[in-house]
Amino acid sequence: MKTILAAAATAALLASSAAAEVKVGMITTLSGGGAGLGIDVRDGFMLAIKQSGRDDIEVVIEDDQRKPDIAVQLADKMIQSEKVDVLTGIIWSNLAMAVVPAATAQGKFYLSPNAGPSPLAGKGCHPNYFNVAWQNDNLHEAAGAYANTAGYGNSFILAPNYPAGTDALTGYKRFFEGEIANELYTELGQTDYAAEIAQIRASGADSVYFFLPGGMGISFLKQYADSGVDLPVVGPAFSFDQGILQAVGAAALGVVNTSQWNKDIDNPTNAAFVESFQAEYGRLPSLYASQGFDTANLLISAVDAADVSDADAFREALRAANFASTRGDFAFGPNHHPVQTIYAREVVQEGEVFTNKTLGVALENHSDAYAAECKM
Amino acid sequence: MSTILIFEQVLNGLQFGIMLFLMAAGLTLIFGVMGLINLAHGSLYMVGAFAAAWVAGATGSFVFALIAALAAAAAAGALVEIVVIRRLYRAAHLDQVLATFALILIFSEGTRWVFGSFPLFLDIPETLSGPVTLPGGIEYPRYRLTLIGIGIAVALGLWWLTARTRIGIQIRAGENDREMIAALGVDISKLYTLVFALGAALAGLAGALVGAIQSVQVGMGEPVLILAFVVIVIGGIGSIRGAFIGALLVGLTDTLGGIFLPEVFKLFMETGAATQTGSALASMAVYILMSAVLIWRPTGLFGARG
Amino acid sequence: MIAERWITLLTLAGFLAIPLWALAVDEPFTITLATRAAILALAAVGLNIALGIGGMVSLGHAAFFGLGGYAMGILAFHAQSFQPLDLGLFTIEGTKSMPVIWLTAIAVSALAAWLIGLLSLRTTGVYFIMITLAFGQMFFYFAISWGTYGGEDGLSIYVRNSFPGLNTLVPIQFFAICFVALCAALFFQWRLRASPFGLALNAARQSEARVATVGLSPKRLKLLAFVISGAITGLAGALFADLNRFVSPTMFSWQLSGELIILIIIGGVGRLAGPVIGAALFVALEHWLGGLTDFWHVWLGLILLLIVLFARGGIVGLLTGKAGPHV
Repeated sequence: MKTILAAAATAALLASSAAAEVKVGMITTLSGGGAGLGIDVRDGFMLAIKQSGRDDIEVVIEDDQRKPDIAVQLADKMIQSEKVDVLTGIIWSNLAMAVVPAATAQGKFYLSPNAGPSPLAGKGCHPNYFNVAWQNDNLHEAAGAYANTAGYGNSFILAPNYPAGTDALTGYKRFFEGEIANELYTELGQTDYAAEIAQIRASGADSVYFFLPGGMGISFLKQYADSGVDLPVVGPAFSFDQGILQAVGAAALGVVNTSQWNKDIDNPTNAAFVESFQAEYGRLPSLYASQGFDTANLLISAVDAADVSDADAFREALRAANFASTRGDFAFGPNHHPVQTIYAREVVQEGEVFTNKTLGVALENHSDAYAAECKM
Repeated sequence: MSTILIFEQVLNGLQFGIMLFLMAAGLTLIFGVMGLINLAHGSLYMVGAFAAAWVAGATGSFVFALIAALAAAAAAGALVEIVVIRRLYRAAHLDQVLATFALILIFSEGTRWVFGSFPLFLDIPETLSGPVTLPGGIEYPRYRLTLIGIGIAVALGLWWLTARTRIGIQIRAGENDREMIAALGVDISKLYTLVFALGAALAGLAGALVGAIQSVQVGMGEPVLILAFVVIVIGGIGSIRGAFIGALLVGLTDTLGGIFLPEVFKLFMETGAATQTGSALASMAVYILMSAVLIWRPTGLFGARG
Repeated sequence: MIAERWITLLTLAGFLAIPLWALAVDEPFTITLATRAAILALAAVGLNIALGIGGMVSLGHAAFFGLGGYAMGILAFHAQSFQPLDLGLFTIEGTKSMPVIWLTAIAVSALAAWLIGLLSLRTTGVYFIMITLAFGQMFFYFAISWGTYGGEDGLSIYVRNSFPGLNTLVPIQFFAICFVALCAALFFQWRLRASPFGLALNAARQSEARVATVGLSPKRLKLLAFVISGAITGLAGALFADLNRFVSPTMFSWQLSGELIILIIIGGVGRLAGPVIGAALFVALEHWLGGLTDFWHVWLGLILLLIVLFARGGIVGLLTGKAGPHV
């Protein structure tokens, strides 16, 4: 998909494409089963650009089909043909690992609106790589911390058998102080969890932690709710975002999940974001949309402060993170990953709509476990 | 691990197998009668699930949802047969592969066009929700027991249809000699459309039933499609009985492998590495089973022809 | 109607002309696309030897493509991290040299093809399709959970590997390498078809019994063809990994095996130029349609349907007016 959107008021739009000073390449997932996440990031990002009313930022959007080789090819195209200055948009860690190292090595800036694989936060960090969402372990670490405060002493934990799944369970265990009743790695893309639920029932645990993004989480929650096992469940926000919750329905009610953002976080930027997103797209924003929105505002703040052709100045401007985030305070740590507060939230029903309500803080001003390994 | 848990897991394996059978039955029927490799079978499964979710959302009735799933999938199947598949019976297998692959693309993205990019909601009906207590103290979801019942009923129904009815005789005759039964005055193209719609309806039923406890989303059919192919190949293509046995074997291997292999590796490895190695091997187990069966019996367990 | 030989030559000429034009007007991305098409074509040429001449419909060729890719990935990974690869009995130094990587990729995938072929050739027809799929899936799931080399995240190689006398980072030079490899494989296939082995193999596809009566073993003929086929696809995998400077388990996915078959059907089964035309058309469609609409898969599907319904024998079949071999 090749939507060239010169961001501006309609009148300025026609005149602008030649005047654009910063060209942004967005590679994200817009077709196939994982398209919901990419669409949210794109919509959040473009909303911020539109609201800024600027005509000097041009965004080129392409669909990676969730395939790493397509993502690499699109990155080549953006760099070689479109001559973009900044890349952004990738949803999945494995695609980010395929694209980011090569792009930053070629002197481009990369702003991650979603994926935060551990190599890019630690030994593989790069001055031109900024993560605006989270390091992959963050929400899992917060879940471990929440489980402590909730008084859980014995958790049954499960995740798919792939690197992000291992990171998730490691992150949870890093902060959780109780016992681990059992640790399960399920198949990636698995849809039936009867066997796992039977093991949970027999395990004697007092809580369940799971990381099963996308359809896997929907299947697990529906089957868990129907199984009669009533241990409390904790998870990261990925299985409880606005796009997925309606498909899970009542099965998710009352589940506590951890997120760096929620629609009720009390600050003017967030209130305006939630309202304008609903007005523009006719649905509630998800955390992915908020990440896209923040990414664009970070970019705009840097464009205001520095010229993109002066890479050092532009990098400093990005590092300053001088923008109003939907999350409230926002700052980068030494490895260009966020230092942020992560909340515990609960799934509730508001009228016909299932959504989340913030319960409290799970981890205050949290950085990540890899920052010390980053030398830049 | 207690005996009760092991028994419960065997039940889970059987139940997963029955779900696979619902999908595989239509596939093996279509292949057996028409010699068609239908990659789009997973799309019909998806059509069933989406139709069910949509109707359940509009009417709130699960029965209407199931009827809608059957009707929508059968209609989509009949349409596809008349517009595309009919032209391909005499073509090479490869042309059928390409055509039905093209149909997957059209169905998947077409569904996304109509229903959007987010998963749909479909829940099990109130009367079937929650667990029941089985003898021995096993708590087992009522809905999953219902699935086992429906699966067995479908298996018996198909057996009755092929072995005891006039249409069944025509189907079996058509498998053996298509020219001959055409010469006997049977409208072969009508028969084929009927069989294809029947296979599609079975896939749609499976999609709706399974969709209630899984995620109704675009692309949901493809992982099941591959497993369904594994099932019918293990059982012997074209054999309903083979599909049933194959489905149970695959269901048991997948479920029990996922539980016991990590435990086995824990005997001589540390926990984290053992669960990972065990799970990796477990995800390959079904394919190892299939290649072992084929090396032992190159046309599957109950297959007559190659 | 046009003779097949002319179609092959014209196709290759066109394949060369597009990147040269792109070089002239400074469109480096078009060269990258042409390189991608050339590599996919090479992989499909490999499959076409098994499928088109030998009649073996393998839905597991992604296994060889992936093995080639990982041969590149693992060797280059150990070279860029300066840690030798420890195989227990002895260690191997990593390398960034393309020729060494290619030889490794060919050897590894040929060995795998021999093993898979040995077991799979007990079956025929749809059973053969499915058993090759099974082996492909085993590699896929193994690669996903093999943490040492990145698991599902895959492995990034920061700088493209080197070839003596060339700068492989320049798109047109890397294209040249891939194009030459493609031409070499096509030349090899052309000679192979005319050789006694090729004729016997072609006969074995049509009737195993007749070949057996003249004292040849159809199994051994097919196994050898399968090994050659796997080796060529493995080489393509190594090149593909170098094009992306990245390997991941998706190279092992059954969708990729399916795509290779589809490239061949679009172009024409068993035809020399079939995979080349198929790959070029597929990459071009993917690129152009992707630019037109969000839901471009629908249109791609419709075009593929039209090809299957109205161009029997693929594009080459349409041009020559002959349907081609029946598989």
